[in-house]
Amino acid sequence: MNAAPQDARVPVLKRMYRFQWEAAQDCHVLLYPEGMVKLSASAGEILKRVDGQRSVEAIIAELKALFGGAPLDDDVRRFLEQAEGNGWITY
Amino acid sequence: MAGSPTDIAGKPLWLLAELTYRCPLQCPYCSNPLDFAQRKQELDTEDWLRVLREARALGAMQLGFSGGEPLLRDDLEILTAEARALGYYTNLITSGVGMDEARVARLREAGLDHIQISFQASNEELNNYLGGTASFAHKRAMARAVKAHDYPMVLNVVIHRQNIDQIEDIIRMTIELEADFVELASTQYYGWSRLNLEGLLPTREQLRHAEAVAKRYQAEMGDRMKIIYVVPDYFENRPKACMNGWGSIFLTVAPDGSALPCHAAQHLPGLEFPNVRDQSIDYIWNESPAFARFRGFEWMQEPCRSCPDKTKDFGGCRCQAYLLTGDASATDPVCDRSPRHAALVEEVERIERAAAAGTTKPLVFRNTRNSRALG
Repeated sequence: MNAAPQDARVPVLKRMYRFQWEAAQDCHVLLYPEGMVKLSASAGEILKRVDGQRSVEAIIAELKALFGGAPLDDDVRRFLEQAEGNGWITY
Repeated sequence: MAGSPTDIAGKPLWLLAELTYRCPLQCPYCSNPLDFAQRKQELDTEDWLRVLREARALGAMQLGFSGGEPLLRDDLEILTAEARALGYYTNLITSGVGMDEARVARLREAGLDHIQISFQASNEELNNYLGGTASFAHKRAMARAVKAHDYPMVLNVVIHRQNIDQIEDIIRMTIELEADFVELASTQYYGWSRLNLEGLLPTREQLRHAEAVAKRYQAEMGDRMKIIYVVPDYFENRPKACMNGWGSIFLTVAPDGSALPCHAAQHLPGLEFPNVRDQSIDYIWNESPAFARFRGFEWMQEPCRSCPDKTKDFGGCRCQAYLLTGDASATDPVCDRSPRHAALVEEVERIERAAAAGTTKPLVFRNTRNSRALG
């Protein structure tokens, strides 16, 4: 398999959203004006690293290290694409 | 509005803190009870801080400061700071009247997440007439201040017969003010708006026009500015899933401390709503008979009881069922399976004829004098 192209873009959460851990729900959530989204465990792990500092590549590398080198590149890219489509993040 | 938290249940995710019934505006569609003037005893700061802590411990995430006009509480900054520290997403629902830029900044510092400003109309004359206050220019200035202080901003305009024909101007105004979300909120007919139904209910022709305009702008603006527009449920055939079901995710605490499953529930007969002065939020949510009264499906009558849609709409709105049938456990007459649906359709048609003939009763404004007369 070919190596995926490097992605040096740095994602950041849009200012309208707040990302936080909710003990009562046992998951991460995104909060915004008068609404909320409950996040899956993997979405939570990705968004935890969307901080306006780490690049897409850096996020992927960290998650790979965390999950024993699992091939999760495509999953992360797909989630970030969706998150951008939903208006949660920008670059 | 967008992203209602329907996928999580069983906890009071939404806490609406109605801090006061005092208000500088007199909107004739106000959702406060008609007899608000008799309910003067407001909770103090310590009570509210306890309510915030207890509801958060039960899993509340979204907090709305509302009223009346919540800016009239001078402890708003204290409550906001505590809410932020507890991890709420804090929404201020305001008319903008009584606000100045310094307070916008102070609330930001205290950790307020979002401000929703209401407009009554897109032009000064109608806005000021409906609100009973010369507030239009100030509201515009405050909307600009909210954006200047980097808050997400929702603009809310309650839509009814008096302003619906200006819906295009209203949307243009919200674009000009750079709203992030726009709620074109069709009047819901409870309390003051039910009293003023004849003067507020739009005609079918008005609705068709408004819907077409809203759709056009929704397509044009896309994600840049989300526009929410829902037609009034009196014109629908299926009821709204009011409050996502009774005692399901919403908890309102009224200025006097009454805890309600919805802010219009105060006048349902046969229910004793608990007060946060006497009871914990845990007891109120999990054990009080009033919050259990219409939970689940056991309380339902036919045609709801055997209806496959009961898991979607929960039989509609309990307050509306009571207002239109005299029985709070009846099917919401918006539903065309309700035996009272035909009577509702007839009422809508009668109001339309009165509007065409110009025989509509004048609006009764929401103020202390009228409240005393009605209470």
